Amino acid sequence: MSQSIPAYDPALDAPAHHHAIYDYDSGPPVHRGKFAIWLFLATEVMFFAGLIGTYIVLRMGTPTWPDPADRLAVDITAFNTFLLICSSATMVAAVEQAMKGERGGVLKWLGLTILIGATFVGIQVYEYFQLIAHGSLPNVDIFWSTFYAMTGFHGLHVSAGVVWLICIWIAAALGKINKENYMKVELAGLYWHFVDLVWVVLFTIVYLM
Amino acid sequence: MRLLYALLLLLVPVLGVYTFVTADQHGWWFPDNVSTYGPSIDRLFYLIQAMVAITFIGTEVLLAWFMYKYSKRRDDRGVFSHGNHKLEMVWTAIPAVLLLVIAFAQMGTWAEIKFQKGFPDGEFSMDRPIAEVVASQFDWRAIYPGEDGVIGTMDDLENPFEFVVPVDEDVVFNLRSRDVIHAFFVPQFRLKQDALPGHTIPVWFNATEEGVYDLICAELCGWGHYKMAGRVRVVSRPEYDQFLADLDQEWFSNGMEEVQ
Amino acid sequence: MTPPPPPPPNGHAAAPPIHGAPHVAPGEGAPGTVREHHEDHHELGFLRKYVFSVDHKVIGIQFLFSGLIFMVLGGLMAMAIRWQLAWPWTEMPVVGRLLFPQTGKVISPEFYTVLFTMHGTVMIFFVIIPLLTGAFGNYLIPTMIGAPDMAFPKLNMFSYWAMIPAFVCGMAGFFIEGGAAAAGWTAYPPLSTIESAAPGSMSGQTFWLLALTFVGLSSMMGAVNYVTTVVKMRAPGLTMMRLPLTIWALFIAALLQLFALPVLTSASIMQILDRVADTGFFTPTNLVVNNLTPDATGAAAGGQPLLWQHLFWFYSHPAVYIMVLPAMGFASDILATHARKPIFGYKPMVYSMSAIAGLGFIVWGHHMFTSGMNPKLGMTFMVSTVMIALPSAIKVFNWLGTLWGGRIRLNSPMLFASAFVSMFIIGGLSGIWMAATPVDVYIHDTYIVVAHFHYVVFAGSVFAIFAAIYHWFPKMFGRMMNETLGKLHFLGTFVFTNLVFYMMHQLGVAGLMRRTADPYAYEVYAHLQPLNQFISMAAFSLFIWQLFFVVNFFHSLFFGKRVGRNPWQACSLEWAAPSPPGHGNFDRELSVHRGPYEYAAPEADEDYQPQWEK
Ligand code: HEA
Ligand code: HEA
Ligand code: CUA
Ligand SMILES: [Cu+2]
Repeated sequence: MSQSIPAYDPALDAPAHHHAIYDYDSGPPVHRGKFAIWLFLATEVMFFAGLIGTYIVLRMGTPTWPDPADRLAVDITAFNTFLLICSSATMVAAVEQAMKGERGGVLKWLGLTILIGATFVGIQVYEYFQLIAHGSLPNVDIFWSTFYAMTGFHGLHVSAGVVWLICIWIAAALGKINKENYMKVELAGLYWHFVDLVWVVLFTIVYLM
Repeated sequence: MRLLYALLLLLVPVLGVYTFVTADQHGWWFPDNVSTYGPSIDRLFYLIQAMVAITFIGTEVLLAWFMYKYSKRRDDRGVFSHGNHKLEMVWTAIPAVLLLVIAFAQMGTWAEIKFQKGFPDGEFSMDRPIAEVVASQFDWRAIYPGEDGVIGTMDDLENPFEFVVPVDEDVVFNLRSRDVIHAFFVPQFRLKQDALPGHTIPVWFNATEEGVYDLICAELCGWGHYKMAGRVRVVSRPEYDQFLADLDQEWFSNGMEEVQ
Repeated sequence: MTPPPPPPPNGHAAAPPIHGAPHVAPGEGAPGTVREHHEDHHELGFLRKYVFSVDHKVIGIQFLFSGLIFMVLGGLMAMAIRWQLAWPWTEMPVVGRLLFPQTGKVISPEFYTVLFTMHGTVMIFFVIIPLLTGAFGNYLIPTMIGAPDMAFPKLNMFSYWAMIPAFVCGMAGFFIEGGAAAAGWTAYPPLSTIESAAPGSMSGQTFWLLALTFVGLSSMMGAVNYVTTVVKMRAPGLTMMRLPLTIWALFIAALLQLFALPVLTSASIMQILDRVADTGFFTPTNLVVNNLTPDATGAAAGGQPLLWQHLFWFYSHPAVYIMVLPAMGFASDILATHARKPIFGYKPMVYSMSAIAGLGFIVWGHHMFTSGMNPKLGMTFMVSTVMIALPSAIKVFNWLGTLWGGRIRLNSPMLFASAFVSMFIIGGLSGIWMAATPVDVYIHDTYIVVAHFHYVVFAGSVFAIFAAIYHWFPKMFGRMMNETLGKLHFLGTFVFTNLVFYMMHQLGVAGLMRRTADPYAYEVYAHLQPLNQFISMAAFSLFIWQLFFVVNFFHSLFFGKRVGRNPWQACSLEWAAPSPPGHGNFDRELSVHRGPYEYAAPEADEDYQPQWEK
């Protein structure tokens, strides 16, 4: 049993006063940020899975579920969905421009994405106002509870995405986005596509089914 | 010093087994069972206890022994081993078998207690429950169907605090809650079931001995949870009929006087 | 990447400084670089260094201190619980006047519910999880894989900061009207959603849910960081199958957090909405609470109270493995190091941890056997729960295999780690009874459950945390903890822990319900009071005994014996760094040549061959 603890020797054990930082790269050849964003999106998937799972359970457990078409403006929202899908396309274009280092292209396509995203949120807020004016508050019944929770949290995600894109747009306008760090645009793009995809799912189950 | 630590580790299985063995004398053991399916639950408990006790004693004794044996001061090195494939297989396979035994041993009992298609179908059944037991903060009441045998009609008979059932008969009742979640627990029946607001849950048991048993609320239901006591009174058939007649008398007369 | 210079001949020589590379903070530059760094450029002020630090070591120590402080608080609440259970409704000596002036120095039933709710909450969300993943996760992940810091140091800082609002919201309940949350740590609705159901708890429950949400945010940011760091920042040569088991455990726990926690977050948000926006997710139809009809409570109806239980346990069962996997990792490293032997069955250990984590996602229903859930579901949950004992069995046997034939040093880390094994067995085995559905019908919500989970979380995880503190204290602070005090601490803690929690099995078999403020109101329980008094005396002794630890901890912090880089002669990478490691952790280029447990190799010069030495 070697209980003895090696004596402390400042000459050997003290940190070198003047040293370098060693930062290694291991694992699959994926950018760290991209890897992390995927992990983050996994948590987001689980978050929405919680909400959607709740919706499914509650809907199954309710004898008569109202027809969404009677209660919601499906056509406006269908248009809104179309808009959001378009914004995914403009986002792809923005990332492409960023890869090439085209500042003008980034500003244009990113700007368009931001515009569409903001419109989407605007239309949703308008829809909320209409509904609330008709007294359709979240505490009226379980249909409205789930409706507001799901669309509301999605709306918050879109809004956060818009803010994120605006930050990048400003950075690009200041000339801080270039070929080397185009990844900043791509990461936001991944998030944007995710939010878009979630909406397609939500729209289908909340508005159409 | 190393002996002390080894003994300390050894003390756990020794005193542990001692406590379990002598627990009965101190009343630290199951309250007497008075239900028909109680014995099969207890048997399962003892079966698992036997398997668990063997693993418990075996692993703890090995641990204490190794700690003693291999902490001796020596200058040579320990065994340079990274594992043993065969050994891994063995100690994966044996517990796997044991665990499967445990898993299969309990399925029958579980189905007997809880599966609705196996519910008793005598005088009391899921369609004609003996009563509805309703929990609310912080009391119990039993609602018996009146003449018509249907619960939820005008002639229902309500008995606060006490649930009276006939002895040696399969009793099916509906469990409900008016507000939050409660649970129906009678230790002597080996029976526990949550009362879920918004749901009616059928429950059955067959009490084999007359007597009065504490009905305990076993799910946190607010500040008064600890005192949400009720009573289950198990009586002979004639007494039960008499009880129902008295209850009917009580309700019927009260109701009529008010109407007139 | 610059071609690696030949590694220095032994672990003590400092690497030659490399000039010319631009200076970037760790983790933020292009990965795979070696950057120059002058210590003296970094004269950070006190605030930057200890409060707003982005250094993983400082953040780890922040988690450590806040965790220990909350542990004292949680322990005090446990003592109050024990007081009430032994001598219900009697005046609490000394502190009673201070704490309960309105109720005549007596714990009121309302306050008792608050006590165990907040005891469970504080211990789980503010103590065990932050200590395991926050404190040791932060400190050990970069140092054990040879990285200069976490992948995202700023995100790491935010993950600690998100705990501050959590602490504030968690404690706010004690200072607001109506008191803190009182629906149990499981917060089952409708008790937790309808205010009139628990007049004691008004906004307390909302604050509780907010605290949970912030804890979730913190863990999510932490977990993203840990997983990225482990995957992307290992030193050259450190393959996944050469990682210390501590890192594997923390890695798997982080994955559990990533996939389980968001579900709890969405559930708590829905419960918040139920409380403040009167939605009806968990509120069923036709409630009459306190003689108030649903209209009067204002909530939408049609919800499902069981839904909350499913969502809650979908997180909280994996959470119990978040609470034990890192502890298992620490125990594995500490056992191997102090038994001077390679870990027995490294790969089976890794696979069994993964299996525990995977199975952990499909067993949550074992908390709901009597809840009114479909009994057929109960059957499937039973089978998966029973099967989860299998990987745990593999781990236990491999620990025994590790000790076998070792040259064991009986020091404080080893004592606590071996006790961890001993107690985890007890806690795990009682899990088998509860997994058996028919038996659980009787056992559910009795003190057997309380005994079970205190054996795994207190006698298990907390013992592993003690072991880890004794083991890594020299690395964290450059000083040893006092051995004599450490052994004394172990002695009493071991004895009293067993006295307190083993006897709780007995209470449980006798049918005693948990969460009852005064069990003796029932005839069947009346004879259990003496046993409860015995348990309480042991619990008070357990608490007081921790003074040995507190004294040792603070004394060693300032006056402990200075140690060098590798006082335990251990093999994993953190021991290659100075104690405590400086900014950027390592002062020399690392390359890894072997697994983390090469002790006792017969042909080597020393009885240990560190990972970093050729
Ligand atoms: C760190 C925490 C932790 C850990 C690791 C575990 C591990 C396990 N738990 Fe536990 N559990 C909790 C924390 C934990 N639990 C908490 C906090 C609660 C209560 C929550 C509340 O209601 O407030 C709870 C409640 C709980 C219940 C619900 C009881 C009830 O409310 O009615 C059940 C039921 O199945 C259960 C089962 C198990 C099982 C089977 C394991 C298994 O993983 C154990 C496996 C280990 C072993 C079996 C020991 C080692 C193996 C051997 C030595 C070899 C061979 C063995 C055999 C052949 C049998 N636990
Ligand atoms: C990790 C979790 C954890 C820990 C460590 C503990 C520790 C203890 N617990 Fe608790 N407990 C729970 C989690 C935990 N508990 C949970 C989840 C519940 C269920 C709640 C519910 O029903 O909702 C519960 C419920 C519970 C009950 C049941 C109450 C009831 O149902 O009515 C009881 C009763 O005896 C109890 C007792 C104790 C005791 C005596 C300790 C003792 O071990 C405590 C001893 C104290 C210490 C060890 C602290 C000393 C401090 C230090 C060592 C730090 C040193 C500090 C510095 C260096 C600065 N606990
Ligand atoms: Cu009713 Cu507890
Ligand atoms: Cu569990």
